[in-house]
Amino acid sequence: MMKRRQFVQNLGAAGSLSALGLVTGCATTGNGNGLKVVVVGGGYGGATAAKYVRMWSDYGIDVTLVEPSSVFISCPISNLVLGGSKAMADITTPYDNLVKRHGVKIVLDMVTRIDPDKRVVMLAKGGELAYDRLIVSPGVDFIWENLPGMAKEGAKDKVLHSWKAGAQTVALRKQLEAMPDGGVYALSIPLAPYRCPPGPYERACQVASYFSKAKPRSKVLILDANDDVTSKAALFKKAWKDRYEGIVEYRPKHKLADVDAATNTLKFEFNDDVRAAVLNVIPDMRAGDIAVQTGMATANKRWCDVDFLTFESKAVPNVHVLGDSIQIAPAMPKSGHMANQHGKTCAAAVVALLTGKQPNSAPIYTNTCYSFVSDEDVVHVASVHRYDAEKKTMLAVPGAGGVSSAANELEGRYAMAWARNIWADTLA
Amino acid sequence: MKMHSALAACVLATVSGWGQAQPVDPLQVRSMAASCATCHGTNGVAQTGNESLAGVNKDELLKKMLDFKTGKKPATIMHQLSKGYSDEQLAALASYFSALKQ
Repeated sequence: MMKRRQFVQNLGAAGSLSALGLVTGCATTGNGNGLKVVVVGGGYGGATAAKYVRMWSDYGIDVTLVEPSSVFISCPISNLVLGGSKAMADITTPYDNLVKRHGVKIVLDMVTRIDPDKRVVMLAKGGELAYDRLIVSPGVDFIWENLPGMAKEGAKDKVLHSWKAGAQTVALRKQLEAMPDGGVYALSIPLAPYRCPPGPYERACQVASYFSKAKPRSKVLILDANDDVTSKAALFKKAWKDRYEGIVEYRPKHKLADVDAATNTLKFEFNDDVRAAVLNVIPDMRAGDIAVQTGMATANKRWCDVDFLTFESKAVPNVHVLGDSIQIAPAMPKSGHMANQHGKTCAAAVVALLTGKQPNSAPIYTNTCYSFVSDEDVVHVASVHRYDAEKKTMLAVPGAGGVSSAANELEGRYAMAWARNIWADTLA
Repeated sequence: MKMHSALAACVLATVSGWGQAQPVDPLQVRSMAASCATCHGTNGVAQTGNESLAGVNKDELLKKMLDFKTGKKPATIMHQLSKGYSDEQLAALASYFSALKQ
């Protein structure tokens, strides 16, 4: 079952671990020796869960992370690549430290099917992995059926979402660079809930920042399906007015109905068509394909209902779901920060359940989302979420949290410190 | 790590009020503290740009968090986050982080 290459890699990892003295005596002190956890997806949720199951089982539980990409590319900070102040290298982190420091086994592959009865996952390149508990953190996939025109040949290569950082981030930056001065960049935002509530508005700021320096006659046209800006509304509107007057135009209540990629045209349910030089369409989204296929997307067939004490799926036993794929609790954003918190809550619960202990009955954790309104100035939104035993969900603690009073450079430095720390907490 | 958890539990038991309010559960405190890692690093050891919390003086850390909470000490974000925790929880966090290796 285990490939030779992977076996050799694991041996190497164990060797370097003992050489560094990082997990001394793990064979004798670990909890849950011989038990197997498989993690599907190496984003903020999955990678964090993989690391913390290892750490919190004192390196006793065997953890295999299945992830198709050889590196982690962060969605947070990726809008700065579009704005031009950061490069892809700045948002890219290898998975090496999960292997070297924590003994996580990494399989570069996709899971094509989960068999919850046999407790195995099937891999695209062949073979299967057995698990005692499975953690699924596949992020989002797009509901392309809502935009029939996007099924036409070449449409998805021309009209980009860039809502999963990677090749599309690079491609959208190239489209913006190639656009003549005086052109319009049109950004379509779906109805909430979607991944990263402030993300689209930050993106508008970043593209406007680039235009203001490189092609000042160009426009950023925001076409939002929502009734108003869904996050940090006053702060974003102030940035557009004070910093990008004449560049950014915001139009709410624009629900996208279809896209004609051939003519670069957006078609709306109730509004006139919009043609633009560069279209950036963030489609409606739902739980990642593998979660939907496994029958876990029980909320509106879009999101996965979970037990917030353990993140175990309410539909499929022994399978835990994290991050953007879940049916969120009230006021809980779909964010990388939140997925990291899910990962740790789930890891603690999985270690407890596999070693015959009670999971934590009172989880409490924070969320912080920083948004860059320019290369340097940042605004935040923060909240604290605690478990409500009566309502059996996470609720925002009243009186805690809030937003920045104004965009400022100090928080720009804290935002990058946040990025360095969460990347290390997730991956190192 | 095991030793540090045990030590944190030990210190915790002495925090006034905590023992009466709810049972001392070191794993619960460990999970609560792990939330701080997104900005302050895994096990309280931060990357550049933010403060490490591991091994700091317990009383100073608690005073700082309480001052954030009451608004006595200005902050960009900690005045908002600290309000999400009871004084007992802040005391438990201070004890936990102070017992971690720097």
